[in-house]
Amino acid sequence: MATTLLSIRGLTTVFHCRQGQIEAFNNVDLDIDQGQVLGLIGETGCGKSVLGMSILRLLPPNGVSRGQIIYKYRDLLGLSPQVMQRIRGAEIGLLPQNPSASLNPVLSVGQQLMEGLRLHRMIKKEKARVAAQTLLGCYGLRGFNNRYDEYPHQLSGGMKQRVLAALSITGKPSLLIADEPTKGLDGVARNQVVALLRQLTRETKMALLLITHDLKVAANLCDQIAVMYCGEIVENGPVGKVLVSPLHPYTQGLLASLPENGLHPIPDYSPGVPGDIQGCRFYPRCRYRQDKCSCQTIKNKRINETYVRCLSASEGREN
Amino acid sequence: MAHYILKRSGLLIIVVFGVTIATFVLMNMAPGDQAEMVAIARYGLENLTADEIENIRISEGLDAPVWVQYFHWLSHIAQGDFGHSLVTGDPVSQEIIARIPATLLLSITSLVFSLLIAIPAGVISAVKHNSFVDHGVRIGAMLGATIPNFWLALLLILLFSVTWDWFPVFGYGTASHIVLPAVTLGAGMAAVTTRLIRAGMLEVLKQDYIISARAHGISEKRVIFRHALKNAFIPVITVIGMQLGHLLEGTVIVESIFAWPGLGKLLVDSIYARDYAVIQACVLLFAVFFVLINLLVDLLYVILDPRIRYDRGAG
Repeated sequence: MATTLLSIRGLTTVFHCRQGQIEAFNNVDLDIDQGQVLGLIGETGCGKSVLGMSILRLLPPNGVSRGQIIYKYRDLLGLSPQVMQRIRGAEIGLLPQNPSASLNPVLSVGQQLMEGLRLHRMIKKEKARVAAQTLLGCYGLRGFNNRYDEYPHQLSGGMKQRVLAALSITGKPSLLIADEPTKGLDGVARNQVVALLRQLTRETKMALLLITHDLKVAANLCDQIAVMYCGEIVENGPVGKVLVSPLHPYTQGLLASLPENGLHPIPDYSPGVPGDIQGCRFYPRCRYRQDKCSCQTIKNKRINETYVRCLSASEGREN
Repeated sequence: MAHYILKRSGLLIIVVFGVTIATFVLMNMAPGDQAEMVAIARYGLENLTADEIENIRISEGLDAPVWVQYFHWLSHIAQGDFGHSLVTGDPVSQEIIARIPATLLLSITSLVFSLLIAIPAGVISAVKHNSFVDHGVRIGAMLGATIPNFWLALLLILLFSVTWDWFPVFGYGTASHIVLPAVTLGAGMAAVTTRLIRAGMLEVLKQDYIISARAHGISEKRVIFRHALKNAFIPVITVIGMQLGHLLEGTVIVESIFAWPGLGKLLVDSIYARDYAVIQACVLLFAVFFVLINLLVDLLYVILDPRIRYDRGAG
């Protein structure tokens, strides 16, 4: 049994706005084991990216998290900003969402890589330069000697992502949070990112929290899948179970909406901000709904290795 | 790059032509008889005769049509001859060269003063957005940008020279002489620059690359000064360049108030005396400065922003 690396308990993040509090997600429980690849899937706006930033404590100033984020026996939410800064990059890395905007436009690629290397590995400038070049060579930027002094605008989107990948592991973190790494990419580029992430996790044995709405990428890379809907984890289990025989009606709907499964969309739209929906948040769109679903707090139910937040879920219920 | 600088130098010539023609025409449209004004400046009002005025008119060529005077002047300029002052008779180039150091000293000191105020104030204001400090900085910047510098000069003199006797009222020579004129000139610039840095930093701090830098464990101080400030400073450079142009304009007023022996004061004195040889040369110099500063700013971009290159063919 692998040891737990990150254990999130009862985590709620809200944003204070002029209109009042807006909840990003509510009461999330999630575990990541050492070396495990956990896919966090769900549609845009369900709160999955905010969850990633909550772990790193990099929310905008009006965002507040409550609950516990236990990483290696320490609650990240209780750490001072200085200690938290030392955890970022060195213990928990981030592969940011938008590669074309995530590199500083006025610093060269080499300068940015060297900054990370010197910060995390305490090495001299000349050694850092060599290390940076090795790192870039490992992540598929051949002939990088010539590109070392280039600036982000001179690189393609895929190259920038590779630089960011190299940058995110300069501190040799035990956990990498990859925030929608395949967003907006074509098929070829997507396969390259999948290969890159696989290479990263295999070589460094680090755990990966893969935040994505791409079920195929998730199926390809992940050991475990957590499905988020409207700020709640509705299903969490091994990839072979969740993406093959899903238990929650929402997961079933997601799979049915894939082109190869007949492109059947889930009716209606996600409510976005759930407000104060009582009971199941998927209730208005669910085809198995019963009256009792809307008037009580739905608890997680365990079926084999999968946790599911649905009253009517049972083994063997199929589409 | 060389091609670009050449192109800009061509532009410089056009600007200088325009400026000199405009001043020539305006000087001739100004009320009062030129020859009479020069005669008053030369001999004083009491012992002035009509003959002397006529002598000046003829000897200085003031009886010729404006365009003849202009081309006469231009042909001398082309040979490097700026003429001589109508009042003192000294060569204009000599008078101007004697005044340049004082103006340069004052301009650079005010620029440095404004940046020393604006960079920390703008950064703190943005980092502590909407805090007490931020509001204070914004009020200060608004006052600095709206108070006219002639009034500010009088207030400063009243407080620091008359009431407290910390700095001399006017004059030139020691380090304490430069404080009040430099603060007067720098205050408005500092105010505008502070607001720009604040706005730029607020914008930059929201960018993905800042969040990404923080996520890589880079300290907040480094994020602000290395990653954010350099980006926020790019648009500020343009405005500083433009402000340097206005600084020359400001020296005209401030040098007069503080009796600072620079180009600005020389220009004002020459305008009173209708000493058009000196006026023309001063204006010409100001125009050349202005264009050169703007060229310098454009070249500074290349150092600050790697996305800008002026070579042909490079993207």
